[in-house]
Amino acid sequence: MSKFKKKAVVKQDIPTSSMPDVVFMLLFFFMVTTELRETAIDVQQRIPEATQLRKLLRKSLVTNLYIGEPKKTEQFGKEAKIQADDVFIEPKDIVLWVNRQKDLLQENERDQLTVAMKVDNEAKRGIIADVESELRKANARKILYTTMNKKEEVR
Amino acid sequence: MPRSTPEIPNASMADIAFLMLIFFLVTTTIANDRGLSIQLPPIPPPNQEDVKIPEHNMFKIQINSSDALLVEGNPLSDISGLKEDIKKFVLNRGFDPLSSDSPEKAIVSYKTDRGTSHRKFIEILDIIQGAYYDIYADQAGVTNKRFREAASDLTDPANKQIYDKGRAGIPMSVSIAEPTKVGN
Repeated sequence: MSKFKKKAVVKQDIPTSSMPDVVFMLLFFFMVTTELRETAIDVQQRIPEATQLRKLLRKSLVTNLYIGEPKKTEQFGKEAKIQADDVFIEPKDIVLWVNRQKDLLQENERDQLTVAMKVDNEAKRGIIADVESELRKANARKILYTTMNKKEEVR
Repeated sequence: MPRSTPEIPNASMADIAFLMLIFFLVTTTIANDRGLSIQLPPIPPPNQEDVKIPEHNMFKIQINSSDALLVEGNPLSDISGLKEDIKKFVLNRGFDPLSSDSPEKAIVSYKTDRGTSHRKFIEILDIIQGAYYDIYADQAGVTNKRFREAASDLTDPANKQIYDKGRAGIPMSVSIAEPTKVGN
């Protein structure tokens, strides 16, 4: 019987001495990947999903346009609006806005400006088409419809 | 005289690190620069004549203001076969006289209404681009995912080679027409 009475002497503590290292590692990861947002987005952003994504490598060449229903509907109405930087703009202002964005770039890179359109799921094609025709006038013809990655079905 | 060695208490280091970690966790927004990339056509010169394109070289996709689909004139509710149809159309090479003459001449015409939702627009554009990327990937002998990665970064010569091989002779001619004005 005495065989079974023997209790295993196992330490049950999780070693905590390496916890600061783990935490620091996580900390550095988030410090490096973080990007403090300088503009608050005032339009709805339920981004659509797609499978055939392309990635933009040169972040400095990308500029964002946000399109969607305003979050404060009682103030701005339910009609979808265009937000550039931190203000709402009308389609006719886009040429001016694009030129300002181009001025921020090096001269030889100005034609590579890519406009990332972050458009809400429920926004209508009408307003987006208006924006696109203005972008053509402004000669900013590289466009990216920002989308989330949808799990691709196995072919 | 015994001197006490000066030491900074480090028991609270983990707490400080945690505090900072939580701060960055909360404020972080990982930049999302992924999506469907397109190139808009340039503004045509004012006195340019319309180019007539033979009907059989066009694959027409239309969406109305209530997000219903019309493909080659027929209503379509099940979109699972659309990708294969586009691939077959582009790679017809004159085999079927009612389909495209060659991949260079094949045009996918994509027309929406002002009232079409962005979700539907992206869903179909995704299928059209997917069909082309599949064709490119097959021609370059890589997977679809690898081809898109290569196309994203053309500064690498190996990527450029895959890209050029995939796209040889097959331009991505997707014409996104000015939307009609029923909705909105």
